[in-house]
Amino acid sequence: MSCSRDSRIRELLDGVRHILPLLLGTIPFAILFGSLAVDAGFSPAQAQGMSLLVFAGAAQFVAITLLAGGAGVAVVLSTTLVINLRHLLYSAALQPHVRHLPSRWRALLAFWLTDEAYAVVQQRYARDDGSPCKHWFFLGAAMAMYANWQVFTLVGVFFGQRVPNLASWGLDFAMLATFTGIVVPMLRNRPSLAAALVASGVALASRDLPYQLEMLVAALAGIVVGVLLERHGRNNLSGEAAR
Amino acid sequence: MNPWWLILGMLAITFSIRYSLFAWPNLHFPTWLNQALHYVPVAVLSAIVVPGLLMPEGELDLAWDNAYLLAGLVTIAIAKFSRHLLTTILGGLVTFLLLRGLFGQLPL
Repeated sequence: MSCSRDSRIRELLDGVRHILPLLLGTIPFAILFGSLAVDAGFSPAQAQGMSLLVFAGAAQFVAITLLAGGAGVAVVLSTTLVINLRHLLYSAALQPHVRHLPSRWRALLAFWLTDEAYAVVQQRYARDDGSPCKHWFFLGAAMAMYANWQVFTLVGVFFGQRVPNLASWGLDFAMLATFTGIVVPMLRNRPSLAAALVASGVALASRDLPYQLEMLVAALAGIVVGVLLERHGRNNLSGEAAR
Repeated sequence: MNPWWLILGMLAITFSIRYSLFAWPNLHFPTWLNQALHYVPVAVLSAIVVPGLLMPEGELDLAWDNAYLLAGLVTIAIAKFSRHLLTTILGGLVTFLLLRGLFGQLPL
């Protein structure tokens, strides 16, 4: 199946459009990161370089905080590993959709694979319209996320001190509202609902775990419960059919 | 220590994780794994949203003026009845900003 020029552009722009509300939520964090990185002794080029090359908000923040606190390279690198481990789930979940792409495509999309991109891209892949160009949607969403992170890191590096009360804007609610709008329609059956409730409960209960590990633990717990209930339901059905 | 080495190290680790399964296009997952991956979006996004609403400042906040929680409940209701993403986002954001204004929590 090939992908016409028109549909490529349409998917690309669709990807950009769908990730826009999530960009809003990351703006204050990008500014804050740029500003904190300079405070921690990074040169403007190094602060921007971290955003350009690492492109992982949570890990960037923790790295800066650890460095400012005098931690060594080994600590920062192992923390990066732990914080970003959740991306393994995204990589696995999207692999069946990107496996047909050439390796330069797969590498580029993987480099740009963030929480936000995953949220909108999995939704696009779940829509069953048989489009052969969904990777252009992925590209558009991921590219917009990347460009946004770079621009506002730069703003933070040069003007961070002059933007007051960044954290109190509450723009992170835009991300929560978007994720809510994506999740709620997915809760169509008991296993999904249970997976969501268990993941939420475990995330709250394990909130004292360091390095966003609670997210990984919570997600795994939710997944296990979802699968168990799905199997249980299916066994019941086949049991009834046998009777 | 040169920060560039640290940045390159972080790049190598982050990219390796994100590329890990994209690197094996011929790998086909067993049924149980596909079944499990089906629950990734619901589980991960819930694990981000619910703590975000209940502990916006990192501590559990069940006070009546927690705009995140109230607006979050409204957003869930809008999502359930509209089943439309943009309506949900806009409705949620407007509710959130109105509540923050009402509670005097806007930095203006």
